[in-house]
Amino acid sequence: MADIGRRSALKILGAAGAAAAVPGEADARVEFRKANAEDYGLLVDAVRCVGCRACVTKCKEANGKGQDVRVVQGAAYDAPIDLNATTLTVIKAFATEKDTGFVKAQCMHCVHPACASVCMMQALHKGEHGVVEYDVTRCIGCRNCQIACPFNVPKFEWASATPKIVKCELCRHRYKDGKGPACAEVCPRDAVTFGKRGALLEEAKRRIAARPGAYQARVYGETDGGGTNVLYLSPVGFDAIGLPDLGTEPAPSLSETVQGTLYQGFVAPVVLLGALSVVTWKNSRQAKKEEGR
Amino acid sequence: MSAPARPVQGKFVTPAIQIMLLMWALGTVAGLYRFTQGLGAATAMSDGFPWGIWIAFDVVVGTGLASGGYAMALLVYVFNKGKFHPLVRPALLTSFLGYSVAGVAVTFDLGRYWNMWRIPVSVGHWNHTSILLEVALCMMAYTAVLFLELSPAVLESAEKGQGRLADFARAARPKVERALPFIIAVGLVLPTMHQSSLGSLLLVARTKVHGLWHTGLLPLLFLFTALAMGYAIIYFESIFSSVAFRRQLETGLLGRLGAAVGALIAAFVLIRFADLAWKGRLGLTVTSGVQSFFFWVETVLFLGAAWLFRQQRHRPSAQAQLQAALLALFAGSLYRIDAFLVGFNPGSNWVYFPTLPELLVTLGLVATETMAYVWIVRKFPILAGVAMPETRTAPAAAAAQQGVS
Repeated sequence: MADIGRRSALKILGAAGAAAAVPGEADARVEFRKANAEDYGLLVDAVRCVGCRACVTKCKEANGKGQDVRVVQGAAYDAPIDLNATTLTVIKAFATEKDTGFVKAQCMHCVHPACASVCMMQALHKGEHGVVEYDVTRCIGCRNCQIACPFNVPKFEWASATPKIVKCELCRHRYKDGKGPACAEVCPRDAVTFGKRGALLEEAKRRIAARPGAYQARVYGETDGGGTNVLYLSPVGFDAIGLPDLGTEPAPSLSETVQGTLYQGFVAPVVLLGALSVVTWKNSRQAKKEEGR
Repeated sequence: MSAPARPVQGKFVTPAIQIMLLMWALGTVAGLYRFTQGLGAATAMSDGFPWGIWIAFDVVVGTGLASGGYAMALLVYVFNKGKFHPLVRPALLTSFLGYSVAGVAVTFDLGRYWNMWRIPVSVGHWNHTSILLEVALCMMAYTAVLFLELSPAVLESAEKGQGRLADFARAARPKVERALPFIIAVGLVLPTMHQSSLGSLLLVARTKVHGLWHTGLLPLLFLFTALAMGYAIIYFESIFSSVAFRRQLETGLLGRLGAAVGALIAAFVLIRFADLAWKGRLGLTVTSGVQSFFFWVETVLFLGAAWLFRQQRHRPSAQAQLQAALLALFAGSLYRIDAFLVGFNPGSNWVYFPTLPELLVTLGLVATETMAYVWIVRKFPILAGVAMPETRTAPAAAAAQQGVS
């Protein structure tokens, strides 16, 4: 008896597996967002940047973030060494055999952001003008965004008992006053330019064409990691200024493809549940019969 | 049919329980420190390592160790091996406790824990690409399902009394038992989903998770380790409850299961190596220092467990079963810890090693879980074949060992 039960159980499960797999294979294409030329973005030019840090200071002021004070030999400095809970943008130095210089870091405002892909209740989400926005009311502080972001951008208020996630939101709170991001507004060398992605990309390519020797021959972010709305120009290899080699796929492409295939339309779990219900019901009825005998 | 499940009875507070009460108290103090001073003060977590042992051990390993209910339900109700029925209730109980503890651990870990209630409620804001959301919802639902699966044991006890509660129990039990096949089916689908998805959580971090662990097969490998750990914990539990509560050993029964468990673990190792070879990453098994070392520790533990389990088919022995189970539990736990922490490299010289408060909270949770298990099996009909009445208290050493579960 038990063997018959087992065989029919496997048959039902096999059929369920086949049924669940079919729609998955038929249209397993997971859609990723495409770059939009009208989205807002920044063009960061590491050739022009002189490391004055005006952007860092102005950013803190515009976003109400406190100083990141470190005391060195008795003297206090507001000199953040990386993005952190009070620092939404930072200037870092780079040094290669070819060149030395400075580069700005902040949220890349990915076209298809990993942070928003993993966020449970869309606290991080793609908002108006392509800005990756944060809504604290939907955040439970799980920090999956930090795991997911290939640029290590989202930061967490570790020192607080009521912490938030902190990251650049492209000064979206200033748009209603007709202002753009504070960093771009204050930059004395136009090393940070605010604008629409399409126009920024054109400008970037114009600069490369005008001074081909000074720049790497491509714009980081045009296609990297599925595209970013913050674009970079560099005199040295992009890995040397801290930008990872991501290929052209969005960072969450693998996770969304695997998950999207397994759970397409929630067909597989429902079919599996149906099949298992039949099997467990049959088996328990059979067990009861045997007990009654 | 074997003997029905019965309460073990006996005295609850033994020296082993006293030690666990102390661990609970220390964990509570550490927890108070975390909730008043924040995660930065209490833990070694950072922007580079945003997940520490409260996630990697308490949740990811903890629910793996709590997969006994899943593994047994699959065996008994799908593969129709009714003779394993006596092992189902204790397995369901450890699973229920393991998942409950994971839920509590998450509360310690979440920065904005007071917003947790929104997860099941804010349907309109659910992000359909969030694997963590799926894991969270599945785990919540599964904990409730485990409670329903266990409820006949609770109702059985309540029926023996008088009054309204007993009347309710007498009325409710047939209804629950009639719905049980469907509840069991739900209880099989949910862990299949979230145990594999625990692995999928790492897919997105392809620049951070080491090549020995990062693969599109992560969901499959995590499902395999859930089953391996699930079956292993049943061996562990069966043998230790025999020692602690003087039940009969189930060596023969467990021996027949061993061949299948051994094959499952061997298949896991084979798939892993085939995948590494396919991706041309076999070199990483020797070139990556600490990561290579831990990869081989895992592999040796898995292979040792597989070999010992396979032997059980012809020469069942309680001692070898315990060794096999421990090897499999360590192997599965280490695989999961490695994937989440040892193989995780966010760059920029970030390091992570848990602080004392982190360890105290985790130990406190394990102690609480163990005490709850001991209390429940003494009060409710969970274990079958218990010697009655119990004349002496459980040996302290054996009960303390249970702390591992």
